[in-house]
Amino acid sequence: MIHLKNVTKRYPTGHEALSRINLKLDKGAMAFLTGHSGAGKSTLLKLIALIERPTRGRLIVNDQDLAGLAPRQVPYFRRQIGIIFQDHHLLHDRSVFDNVALPLVIQGYRQHEIARRARAALDRVGLLHKEGAAPITLSSGEQQRVGIARAVVHKPAILLADEPTGNLDPDLSREIMELFIRFNQVGTTVMIASHDLELISSLGKPMVRLHEGRLQREAQPEPA
Amino acid sequence: MSSRSRRRLNRPTTHARFQAYGINHLRALVFSLGKLYRAPFSSLLTLLVIAIALTLPSILYLILVNLQQVTPQWDRTAQISVFLASSVADDDVPALATRLAQRADVATTEGITRDQALEEFRTHSGFGDAVDALGENPLPAVILVTPALDTQTPANLEALVASLNELAEVDSASLDMQWVQRLYAIMDTLERTTLILALLLGLGVILVVGNTIRLDVQNRREEIEVAKLVGATDAFIRRPFLYGGLWLGLGGALIALLIVATTRILLTYPVQDLAALYGGQYGIRGLTPTDSLTLLATGALLGLAGSWITVGRHLKHIEPS
Repeated sequence: MIHLKNVTKRYPTGHEALSRINLKLDKGAMAFLTGHSGAGKSTLLKLIALIERPTRGRLIVNDQDLAGLAPRQVPYFRRQIGIIFQDHHLLHDRSVFDNVALPLVIQGYRQHEIARRARAALDRVGLLHKEGAAPITLSSGEQQRVGIARAVVHKPAILLADEPTGNLDPDLSREIMELFIRFNQVGTTVMIASHDLELISSLGKPMVRLHEGRLQREAQPEPA
Repeated sequence: MSSRSRRRLNRPTTHARFQAYGINHLRALVFSLGKLYRAPFSSLLTLLVIAIALTLPSILYLILVNLQQVTPQWDRTAQISVFLASSVADDDVPALATRLAQRADVATTEGITRDQALEEFRTHSGFGDAVDALGENPLPAVILVTPALDTQTPANLEALVASLNELAEVDSASLDMQWVQRLYAIMDTLERTTLILALLLGLGVILVVGNTIRLDVQNRREEIEVAKLVGATDAFIRRPFLYGGLWLGLGGALIALLIVATTRILLTYPVQDLAALYGGQYGIRGLTPTDSLTLLATGALLGLAGSWITVGRHLKHIEPS
């Protein structure tokens, strides 16, 4: 599902964020990306979501060679991916419901279909009762869950999360991670960047460790 | 099922895609209208600037059209006096007049024989006795030629006069062309001024709309980034801004229509007074339905052009990071 071959990313400043990364994540698998801040976790996720392009090497995501994707095709590619950030990127001028509905609106769904799917996504993160609320009135845990609902509302094949629990206390963090595990259980491929080793090592999923742009451990197949 | 074949199944049908396209357009349309509505004061200011820019050339255009409407009435009085050679007998004058009237570039003719001319001169000049003293009639026969309507441009009139002069029966044909040429020169100047002004102010509308939309794009930078992140195409993001520009142009044109109509009403009495002083009667011609539609379409197109140029330039620089 996600396949990196010898991927290097060097920024114009000369800083090499990733060096010759080889990584493979099967369809339906889930893995954690760990390492100190600055180790290249975010860069790796950005390359997979085509927010940035690699300097060298190949990326194959959902059977598509990203090098062959023209800028015009990037939006359609991104619709196969759900992305979650630490600072959740919610739009504060609209309701929780409208935030979650955004990907569906963009893809031109009809109104009743949008309502049905957006409510289903909100229900799955346990926030259906807050659909009319303004994001600013929610707690940070709730805001993060709205971000997750928005990332999964269009049923993407791949879910990418960059430090999704960075601002949350341990209980909330565990809740969020369990949410990701549930999405993984229904077939979504999940990759999460997190430095919360204590939490993620307790979840029984493979971990990939990045150190100064280099891979220290390959993703292991999921334990049976 | 492989993911490849599943993707094929998931691909929407053409019909569904068209439907989604229509839905997207409708949403962008409503959304952009709502934005104008939510910021009424700044929207109104922009609309007024656009309206004034569209009003000026419209009024100049109306002045031009009204002038053109007045001039045919003057043209019709532009007669050519054809003085016949002394060899032409009085009996032949009516036939010659009829012959000239049959020309395509001539509307009507009026023959005046030497006797009639003398009679007229006697009645009106008061020099009847002096003429009698001459013993013979010194006046030539004249045919008054009124040119056909489509001949009444300076060049055509000149050609007509020249060809009349070539006739054997004609001694001389003459027309005082200067005032016609002056009038046409004035109208040409006015027409060109209107055109230049319209182009400049049209450019102004594009810039005003462009600037408004540029600020709008900058204000919604975060939203654009998020939309791109969840798979919005450039067309999707561009659409509400394009509609926004379209509404600004269209709304500005609508206000311009109102201003022009009001101006016309305000000028009705002064113009009537002016016409009365010249012993005439004149009602100002306003914008026809076609003119009004052209103004609205021009406004809408300029607005669209303004937003298109800006959005295209600025959208490229906004990418999620």
